[in-house]
Amino acid sequence: MKRADILVAGVGGQGTLLASNILAEVGLCAGYDVKKSDVLGLAVRGGSVLSHVRWGDEVASPVVRTGGMNYLLAFEPLEALRGLPLMHPDARALCNAQPIIPISVSSGKLEYPADEAIAASLRGSVRSVDLIDATRTAMDLGNPRVTNVVMLGAFSTLFEVDAELWEKVVLASVPTKHADLNAAAFRAGRALLGEEKS
Amino acid sequence: MSKVLLSGNEALARGAYEAGIQVATGYPGTPSSEILEAIAREYGSDIYAEWSTNEKVAMDAAAGAAYSGRRTLVTTKQVGMNVLADSLFYAAYTGSEAGLVIVTADDPGMFSSQNEQDNRWYAKLAKVPLLEPADSQEAKDAVLQAIDISEQYDTPVLIRTTMRVSHSKSIVTLGERSPMPDSVPPFVRNQRKYVCTAMWAKERHPLVEQRLVDLADYAETLASNRVEMRDSSLGMITSGVTYTYVREVFPTASVLKLGMTYPLPRNLIRSFVERVEQAVVVEELDPFLEGEIRAMGLDVKGKAFYPPYDELIPDRLASLSTKAGLIREEAIADPIALDLDLPPRTPVLCAGCPHRSSYYWLAKMGIAVAGDIGCYNLGCLPPFNAQHTMGCMGASIGVLHGMAIAELPEKAVATIGDSTLFHSGLPALANMVHNQGRGVVIVMDNGTTAMTGHQDHPGTDWALHGKGALRIPIEPLVRAMGVEVVEVVDAFDMAAVKDGLDVCLAFDGPSVLITEGLCVQVSKPDLAAYVVDAERCIACGTCFKLGCPAIVKASEIDEKTGKRKAQIDLTLCVGCDMCRQVCPTSAIARPGEETTS
Repeated sequence: MKRADILVAGVGGQGTLLASNILAEVGLCAGYDVKKSDVLGLAVRGGSVLSHVRWGDEVASPVVRTGGMNYLLAFEPLEALRGLPLMHPDARALCNAQPIIPISVSSGKLEYPADEAIAASLRGSVRSVDLIDATRTAMDLGNPRVTNVVMLGAFSTLFEVDAELWEKVVLASVPTKHADLNAAAFRAGRALLGEEKS
Repeated sequence: MSKVLLSGNEALARGAYEAGIQVATGYPGTPSSEILEAIAREYGSDIYAEWSTNEKVAMDAAAGAAYSGRRTLVTTKQVGMNVLADSLFYAAYTGSEAGLVIVTADDPGMFSSQNEQDNRWYAKLAKVPLLEPADSQEAKDAVLQAIDISEQYDTPVLIRTTMRVSHSKSIVTLGERSPMPDSVPPFVRNQRKYVCTAMWAKERHPLVEQRLVDLADYAETLASNRVEMRDSSLGMITSGVTYTYVREVFPTASVLKLGMTYPLPRNLIRSFVERVEQAVVVEELDPFLEGEIRAMGLDVKGKAFYPPYDELIPDRLASLSTKAGLIREEAIADPIALDLDLPPRTPVLCAGCPHRSSYYWLAKMGIAVAGDIGCYNLGCLPPFNAQHTMGCMGASIGVLHGMAIAELPEKAVATIGDSTLFHSGLPALANMVHNQGRGVVIVMDNGTTAMTGHQDHPGTDWALHGKGALRIPIEPLVRAMGVEVVEVVDAFDMAAVKDGLDVCLAFDGPSVLITEGLCVQVSKPDLAAYVVDAERCIACGTCFKLGCPAIVKASEIDEKTGKRKAQIDLTLCVGCDMCRQVCPTSAIARPGEETTS
């Protein structure tokens, strides 16, 4: 693979920053030049969070151009849609299906897009889309907080990088006392996408 | 040497470690806060790291440490530099016994700031050298270089990052720490150097001017000021992260990449401009480089193409460069168009936030509010819309005082947090008391500097360096300052907040209402979520006026009003109890507890 320009999209508090840090670290361990850019600040108070993660032989800008992203890792459907204009039509997208309702909908007048409309919009825009219920998988494992690691497990199947390397980086990035839970979450995520895609 | 991924801020911290820095001070502010946090976390046994009361105090403490022989670093966000500046200017005259470095993290694009000021001007104004790293490796190197320059030329050195440099991660090669002595000698009694009284400062000024001349010569020899010759039809002059954008958008253009941007290497610039057919200065915000270069009589363009606002990220750089005729823009791919309207996800006060009660009442009572900097700035957004001015740190109390001087036909209130009160609110409160002003100051004491990531301040009993801290309680402090009416209430007790506000509003003079309640991100309460009894809920909408993200519209509709009833999100609610207190039909309760009327 020549390069991977990955958009990580989610909501403040979902662990998207940990996930994008892990992605950057995996790129480094796999021998790539790596850059990553986050938008922080007020975004952490329940706002949208976007990270750009770039792997390549040589990476110049930490910010990717519109239409240049070839992977989307979205932790929330609405945020996946928000990220779509940045994607290349040939991109591959992985999206957690569990919505987090913004306050503009929950106590305001706006509507959250319907499930079918979200799926259609994603599928109509990029080459491949996997919608998975990572939150459900994480809750089945006993803790919704590992949703991000379930997502990473599933996402790892889209790359040629060794699963063992991914898992090593994941476990080095989470508290030791939660190592078993996170290892289980990572593997459950891989199983969601049948492990074999590349 | 091992290679690791570091953010720009972590790399600056690493640079401080390797450069033998022993003291680091600052006041938190996005995008600079992680520098001191990384120093305390990773290198706390080698470097004393302190959150000072404000940026000026941080700079004074840094000057004192550097005068005493310790290599020292100060950090600030761009607007904090305005507070720090007074002390930078004397340090620029005095120099110091050991290296003194100031990092300013600017915010082009205003991700979390009230303005977009370009702090490179401070280097020129204070007559100190300026370094602009482009990525994490350069950020680390810049600290080592800055210490070198500072000690060689006896000057403070300014390092300017931007949000993209501070918050993006890239690969850094680690080095060893310079060995530093454990102890320093007694203080150097050098009055002519360190006492900036007019007669001696007058002697220093020519030395400062000569220093700039010497530094300009030094800039010519610096490896971080470098020419990359490619196609000579177009030559871009750039610095900082913008260099990486230029490489992305103009891969074949020649580039003069400036690592030191004040004073400038004039010969290097002149020869570069002469070697290319067209020279263009690409810089975010002000024409800082362009102005200097044009003053040299060189024909360069910059702001004619790139306006002095917002970032020049590759998308924007490409579209502006296309308009300027510098490139022929080809879209990377057919743009993806969305046919759906996406509801925005604006930031909100967290579920369980202690600030909520104050803004609920202020909104309900329709009071004019002078606001301040902190999470509570979210009080300006719906459903509250209850903050009517906000300018900078500590401004609220002075603005409130001015509103009273103007003899407004209504009562007004200032809202300020605990950390901001200590930062710069106290002098304004002293002014209000001394001049017998009028108005209510609500101090929203959540026990931390929340918005920037929960740092300590003089009102907390802990400190960044972990060496113990003395807490200065706010109530006796403001009483000692002469405030006659001081009400202290539990921020989570809606009625108490209202009563306290009423008592303060009734007083014709300066009063202080302290609403005490820990930031929910610090207290992390382990309380069960509340539930709404749908039979009792009449869809009156009162609880929605709390603007709590955990209170959402249920699918069930009230027959009388035709409106959707309320429901509580179990994963978000932390059981703060405010909604139960405001519900007029007692429809909200903890699960298992009876709803009572």
